[in-house]
Amino acid sequence: MRQLTARFRCDYPGVRFDIECALPLEGTTALCGVSGSGKTTLLRWIAGLPPAASGFLSFAGDVWQDDARKIFVPIERRRVGVVFQEPLLFPHLNVEDNLAYGMKRTPPSHRRIAFEQVIEMLGLAPFLQRRTQRLSGGEQRRVSIGRALLTSPQLLLMDEPLAFLDQERKREIFPFIGWLNRELGIPVVYVSHDLNEVLQLARHVVLMKRGSIAAAGPVQDIFARPDLPELAESNVVGAVLDTRIAEHEPQFGLTRVEFFGRSLFIPQQDLPVGASLRIQIPACDVSVTTDLQPASGSALNVLEATVVEIGQTPGNGHAVDVTLDAGRPLLARITRKSCQRLNLNVGQKVHAHFKAVALHS
Amino acid sequence: MTTLLAMDWGPLWLTMQLAGVTVVVLLALGTPLAWWLAFTKSRMRTPVEAVVALPLVLPPTVLGFYLLTAMGPHGPVGGPWKAFTGSALSFTFTGLVIASTLYSLPFVVQPLQGAFEAVGTKPMEVARSLRASRLDAFFTVASPMALRGYVSAIVLGFAHTLGEFGVVLMVGGNIPGVTKVLSIAIYDHVESLEYTQAHVLSAALLVLSFLILTIVYAINRRLPVRAA
Repeated sequence: MRQLTARFRCDYPGVRFDIECALPLEGTTALCGVSGSGKTTLLRWIAGLPPAASGFLSFAGDVWQDDARKIFVPIERRRVGVVFQEPLLFPHLNVEDNLAYGMKRTPPSHRRIAFEQVIEMLGLAPFLQRRTQRLSGGEQRRVSIGRALLTSPQLLLMDEPLAFLDQERKREIFPFIGWLNRELGIPVVYVSHDLNEVLQLARHVVLMKRGSIAAAGPVQDIFARPDLPELAESNVVGAVLDTRIAEHEPQFGLTRVEFFGRSLFIPQQDLPVGASLRIQIPACDVSVTTDLQPASGSALNVLEATVVEIGQTPGNGHAVDVTLDAGRPLLARITRKSCQRLNLNVGQKVHAHFKAVALHS
Repeated sequence: MTTLLAMDWGPLWLTMQLAGVTVVVLLALGTPLAWWLAFTKSRMRTPVEAVVALPLVLPPTVLGFYLLTAMGPHGPVGGPWKAFTGSALSFTFTGLVIASTLYSLPFVVQPLQGAFEAVGTKPMEVARSLRASRLDAFFTVASPMALRGYVSAIVLGFAHTLGEFGVVLMVGGNIPGVTKVLSIAIYDHVESLEYTQAHVLSAALLVLSFLILTIVYAINRRLPVRAA
């Protein structure tokens, strides 16, 4: 698989960077972590922007930086698109000239994305002749994404492109990022501190902590790990499953989805049968029974599972996190008291009852 | 009217030439210097800034004296120059341009530096992420965004050179057609009690300066504020 390999080691006042990672160059990879963890810095190093750092960086085999061999490919020759945290449109150019700035500097043989395609996707047609100062924040953001895309980048780097946008604007841009991956095959590396956003958008997650990588892997694996305090203390920890819509049951307001031959029910979705849908099973919505009689409770979703691990919930002395294996990893957050009463042990067969929610992307 | 026609307008023409050439030289040298001052993290920044500002506080005669010494036929600059070209720098037009360049340096570098600082590094980063080389990004993004700074720099540099006296007197002397600029000509007329001619030239300089400044402020007001 094509990969981006990064190794950086350097000291800055207050933070020591020690980064070693290999990001898959497919789909969206989220760099997340609290502010100050170094996610934006890593993104800038991938782009080739200051602050200078010594290290090694290669993109699908092309070396972009290797201090041992004194190699440093400048940003303009890395063919990356960068969407910065602020739109940073050029104030002396109108919208159309902003959009075309990078395209004009991209050799025709490298252009894979048509101007009209981007205009249409981002809904920019009405603004082309306008001065950038007369656009709203969301419109400016869309122009800045379009401007980066029109260079037909081989990698798109986005630094919190959805920050400061309201929910409605985010919903406008979300599908667009997915479309980039699917239709254009452009891998996206995306910085975010919003774990809900990451859950919806990302296929891979790199979790950063004080200048190093705390965890990295597919989003399903990372979000089901109870041992990462950044996740565990939020309400987003829990299994993530990629499922297909199997059927709708409008009389109950439910939709049945399937994964690995198992069925789950979720509130009815507005998607065709056969469509893929990512769902989450939040750990706090999972309960565990040792009574293995099927259909003995009101919960619709019951899966047979094996206890893999029982661990203290970080930051909550009265709860434990139980990792279950139900074909896919499942995480249950239950009270310490229940755990004792059920006398749970590693290796034990249990039933997991839960609610699942759809994650729209 | 007869006085106006009989007047020797050579000094005015020479002054305009000197100011024009000086501004061109200053833009060429001052732009990279101002850029460096705006963004460097070098420790040399503060001493260099102080050197650039020196002409603001030094009496022109001090600057002129040092320049005269340096550019004379035996000076550290004038000597090698003479070996190459056959003539010294002092009391020549070229010498005047060099002196004016140093004298007006802060008036060009400071507005440019301020404008570049206001533009900041981010627009350049964006431009380079859009495949522009450093130089391309400078000319197509940073300079247009610093347009107001350029207008101020050109005007202040030009106007300040127009009014120069002490440095010119020290370095250039008073050679008609070569170094006799407007301010020197006025001084000459006053010395020889030709008050009418002094009046005419002074009024010309006054009106000219006023017109230039008015036009520039009017243009500047119409320019969009870009940096900030």
